[in-house]
This record gives sequence, structure tokens and C-alpha cells, in this order.
Amino acid sequence: MKSIREVINEVLHAEMARDEAIVVLGEDVAGGMTTEGAGGFGGAFGFYSGLYERFGSERVIDCPISEASFVGAAVGAAMTGLRPVIDLQFFDFMTVCYDQLANQMAKLRYMTGGQFKLPLVMISLVGAGLRAGAQHSQSLHPPVVALPGLKVVTAADAYDAKGLLSAAIRDDDPVIFLLHKTLLEEKAEVPEEDYQIPFGEARFLAEGDDVTVVATLAMRRKAEAACARLAAEAGIAADLIDPRTLSPLDVEAIAESVEVTGRLLIVDESTPCCGIAQEIASAVAQHCFEWLRAPIRVLSTPFTPVPFSPALEDLYLPTERQIENSVRALLADESASVLR
Amino acid sequence: MSLQASNRPTESEAQVDLLESFRALYRIRHFERLVKREFEQGNIPGFTHLYLGQEAVAVAACAHLDERDYLVSNHRGHGHALARGCDLVAIFAEILGRAGGLCKGKGGSMHLADAVRGFLGCNGIVGAGAPLAVGAALTAKRRGEGGVSVAFLGDGASNEGVVFESLNLAVVLRLPVVFLFENNQYGEATPARYAVGAESIAERAAGFGLKATRFDGTDYLTAHATLGEIIHYVRESGAPACVEADVVRFEGHYVGDSQRYRSKRDVAAAQAERDPVARLEQLILERGVGEADALAAVRAAVEKEVEGAYLTARRQPFPEPAELFRDIYATDVGGPILPRGRSLGQGEVVP
Repeated sequence: MKSIREVINEVLHAEMARDEAIVVLGEDVAGGMTTEGAGGFGGAFGFYSGLYERFGSERVIDCPISEASFVGAAVGAAMTGLRPVIDLQFFDFMTVCYDQLANQMAKLRYMTGGQFKLPLVMISLVGAGLRAGAQHSQSLHPPVVALPGLKVVTAADAYDAKGLLSAAIRDDDPVIFLLHKTLLEEKAEVPEEDYQIPFGEARFLAEGDDVTVVATLAMRRKAEAACARLAAEAGIAADLIDPRTLSPLDVEAIAESVEVTGRLLIVDESTPCCGIAQEIASAVAQHCFEWLRAPIRVLSTPFTPVPFSPALEDLYLPTERQIENSVRALLADESASVLR
Repeated sequence: MSLQASNRPTESEAQVDLLESFRALYRIRHFERLVKREFEQGNIPGFTHLYLGQEAVAVAACAHLDERDYLVSNHRGHGHALARGCDLVAIFAEILGRAGGLCKGKGGSMHLADAVRGFLGCNGIVGAGAPLAVGAALTAKRRGEGGVSVAFLGDGASNEGVVFESLNLAVVLRLPVVFLFENNQYGEATPARYAVGAESIAERAAGFGLKATRFDGTDYLTAHATLGEIIHYVRESGAPACVEADVVRFEGHYVGDSQRYRSKRDVAAAQAERDPVARLEQLILERGVGEADALAAVRAAVEKEVEGAYLTARRQPFPEPAELFRDIYATDVGGPILPRGRSLGQGEVVP
């Protein structure tokens, strides 16, 4: 059993040993530069632990707190042959380097007619639940999923994290690799050997004919618990799907499930406007309308900033109970059956 | 990795081939005059920004660069691409949006790029080239072959936060970057004397801990010597530097800019006194390097070359519709993977 944090660190060690072109850029990825304790920090969440000592300051590059410059530098380095891994700590900080994400990283290959490859990975954390306040808790994946040219990956357990990060680092396109800050210490069975999970392949955590539940990151973990309880207590069998990569997004897997179940619940932590849940709902409504027995349901956070107070943050986040109730309500809803 | 010692000393004035330099300056001059003419006639689509008045800077900088080096340009980048030796027909074809353009017609005037020449591209976002050049310098440093990267920036870009960040990052990581600010006195419609809070861009950059210097970018020999010294310093030391070239933007911010914010008398005076092409011509005549007829021959040859390249580019086809969907990713696709048999809009144009 290994945690997400452990496997991220292991993959970085293995990949950097395999390929000399990989460099790490970010704040405090070494820590303590110019002091006797140089390298003693290993990133805000320990992902980069031991890399500085092993690969040196030419490959594990501590940058000043200036995201626009080091994300832009990573783009320039990727265009010229390096394979940067960028640490962005909290994905809320994407707002201070959004030009580098949206106008540079995502577009330079296309604008130059395919002359350049941009093999880089940005590792960052999303999500609420740690009482971190409105500027360190957001789920800002929708603004990057909306950009052609980027690939966007989420990993909700250590198995996925290992295979997806290894694939991301070996990919020749820019990949935004997102983890949920409440899941870093969660442990799972992880094979010892090296493996890569292909992008665009959703994972089925449970299989069943009654209802389709699509959930991402921390919501997937809550949905796993909710679906287990629904099965045990009510005999409700759900297809539980984690898309894992949000771009490319495996709508096909979701559609195949909906063809059987006719009922779809999507759970995601981003805001209820222009989110990934709305994107999935839109795709299913456009392409699978005749299969639906009930209106699609979306369970997301309310249209508010993430509140700080524990009392309010707990109210803000969808719960296992709400997922259960949404599934039950969806099963009871026959309003679309007249269409069949 | 250690930097290899360079065997390229700064060239002295005597080694500069003035007639060939004139040819390079005049190629940009005539290119831009043609672009202005054709744009005004409605033959060139989009936005375009001319390099007229700044020709000496690009040519002088590129005289000191080789295949190890990287360049990042900006929205006013035709002259940089030409000075770097990008194919004339392919540049025109790109500006015209044709299939044979440098970027297959997907970039346009503001996004010329040429990977094989280390030309990472013009950029439509003011200041965005600075960190790209820092990243390219990181690659150059890792290669250990003495390569440098040059970011062409303007006085407007000098006020961008990402440029300040990049100056600092280049110093902190000690990377071989030349931040070359072409101060053409205007950021769009706003004078640099208003928008740049410091006495000069170079002086302000020096505060970041870089070697910084300022020169008259309308005098070719001065530009050649100063940029030679700076690029040599960056190549040898591996440390970044900043250089500010004082130039005059002969035209508006873009073709079509009526320039009501600028006195016609000032523009005329600048064109009379600070024209880098005329100044180099004068120098050639004064030094007896060439006679008036030799200069006329160069001008005639360049005009023929440029006009011919333009006509060749104009005959090229536009990109085929499938190009809309190419070059987004190097591997696989992104975006939604729709159910089989129900794909819409991905890889095909909806009728």
C-alpha cells in the first residue's frame, strides 16, 4: 500500500533517472538554496523529496515566487528540447500564469504549424476540505480543459497517480496533472513495476445496470463509499466511472454506460457554471438523448467562493449522503420514460 | 556542464561588410514598405506591425548569432525573422495565410516562427517572449555549447510584470539571455517617456543585477559593436544582460494607425535624421566603401528579390480545410471523445 504522495515521488525519481532531459522547475522543489540545508524541503507536499540530492541543481531548479516567469521558461525549455516538470503547488495560482498556460503552452504548437513539441507536465493541487480558504481551495480545472492544446489529467488514488504521471511525463504534449489536496495520504495497492495509463480511458470503479455515476477526484472517493452503501443497503447497482483524463475526455465510456442504465449522475467539485459536469451532461444530452429515462443530475458545489469557516466549508462540499440521495432520487424519477 | 570557450571575438569595425549589411537592412526596409502597400490595398489579412526605422538592430544582433542560439520575437517581428535568415517566400506566405508559410499559414504576421533557425517565434502577447527566452537559455546552458538566447522586447514590454520576473529569474539561475529592448519611443499610442517610470529601461534593468547598456540603434556600426560586445559577454560568462536600443518607430503602431497622438513634424524630423538605412548609406559613401551606383545596384537587386518573393507567395494556395484540426497535439487528441458513430465537429467541419 502506497500513498499518492509516495508514488508521485517514486515516479519522478524513476523518470528522471531514465531521461536526462527531464528537469523540475518550481518554488521550493529543493528548498533552502544557498544554505547547508539545500534540498531539504522537496516541495510543499514532498513530491520532490530527494531529487535535488540525487540529480543536482541543474535539474532540480528552485525558482523565485514568480509563476509567470518559470512557467513561461518551462515552455521555452520544452520548445528547445528539455522535458520540464513544473510544480505549481496550488492550482489557484494558475491565474497568475494564465497567459503562459492559455496563450503560450496551449497554442505555440498550433500557431507554428506543428514545428515545436511541448513535452511538459504541470503538477498542482485542487480542491477544498482543508480549511485553506477561497484562494487555496478552488477546483479550477474547467478553464484549462477548455483550451485545445492542453491535456488535463486527474488522479484520485495512488494506482492512477503512478500510471498517469508516468504517461504524462512521457507524453510529447503539455499535460496539466491535478491531484486533490485531501487525498495525498490515501493509500492503495500499487504494482511495483513500471506502467503507464493511456489518456482518454475512463476507469470503472464499480459496475451495475441501474445507474451511471461519473465522479472526479475527491468526489470519486465519496461516490465509491456512497455506491458501496447503496449496493449493500438497497441492492442498487451503479456503474461508477472516473474519467481520469478530463482532456481528452472519454465520453464514449460514459455513453456506453448510459445506454444500459438510462440514468446519469455527475459529481464534480468545480463551480456549477461551465464545469466539467456540465460538459459531460451536454455531451450526453446531445448524443444519447433517446437513452435517458430521467433528466441528467449534476451534483456540484454551490455558486460561491470556497468558504473558510469549517461550518460553511462542510456545507459547501457535496457529501456521501447527498450522492446517495441523488442516486435514489434519480432512480425514482420516471419523468423521461415517456420518451422511450 | 561547462561552457566551451568561444573563438568568436567581437568583430572590429574594419571587419564589418558595410555593403552586405546595407543589403540586409534594405531587405527589411523594402519588405516592410511592400507589406504596408499591400495591406493598405487590402491584400494582406489581419493585423500587422511594421519594423520600419528599427532595421539596424535586428541585423546587428543577428550578425553575432549562430546556429547554437535562440531568438524570441514580438508582434513587430518581420525584421527579426528576415535578419535571422528565414525564407523570404515562406515569411510572405505566412503573412498571407498560405499553406507554404513558415507556420503553414496558422500563425500570421504576429506569429512567424522557424524552429530550424532557433527562431521560437514572434508573440502577440507583449512581454511573453521574455520567459520563453529564459527557458531557451536553460536548454542552451544544459547543452553546454555556448549558445545564448535573445529576447526582442519593446519599451512597452519593459513595463510588463512577467518581464521583471524574467530579468530576476535569469539572474537567479544565471542563464545566458540577452534582453534586447528596442525602445521605439511608443507603446502603441503612449510615449515611453510617460510609461517608463525610470530614466531608462537599461538603468532600471541594471537594478536587477544585470549588465545593462544603452545605445543609438539607428547607427549600424554602433549597434553592431554594442550588440557584439553584449552577446560576447553573455556567451562567455553565461550570465544574462540587458541592452536598450534607442530607435524611432517610423510608422504607427499598426498599419492603419492614424497617429493623431504624434506630431507629423517630429516624425518627419526623425525620418530625416535618424533613419538607419540612410545613415548607413551615408557612411558607405563617406568611407568610400561603395559609390552611389553600387548602392543603387544593391537596392535594385533587393527590390527585385522582395517583389518576386511576394508574387511567388501570392500564388500559393490557402491551407486545406483539414489543417484546421492538425498540429493541436503531437500525440493523440484532446477534447471530448464522443460515442462511436455520433462524432460531430472533431476532425471534420460541420456543413
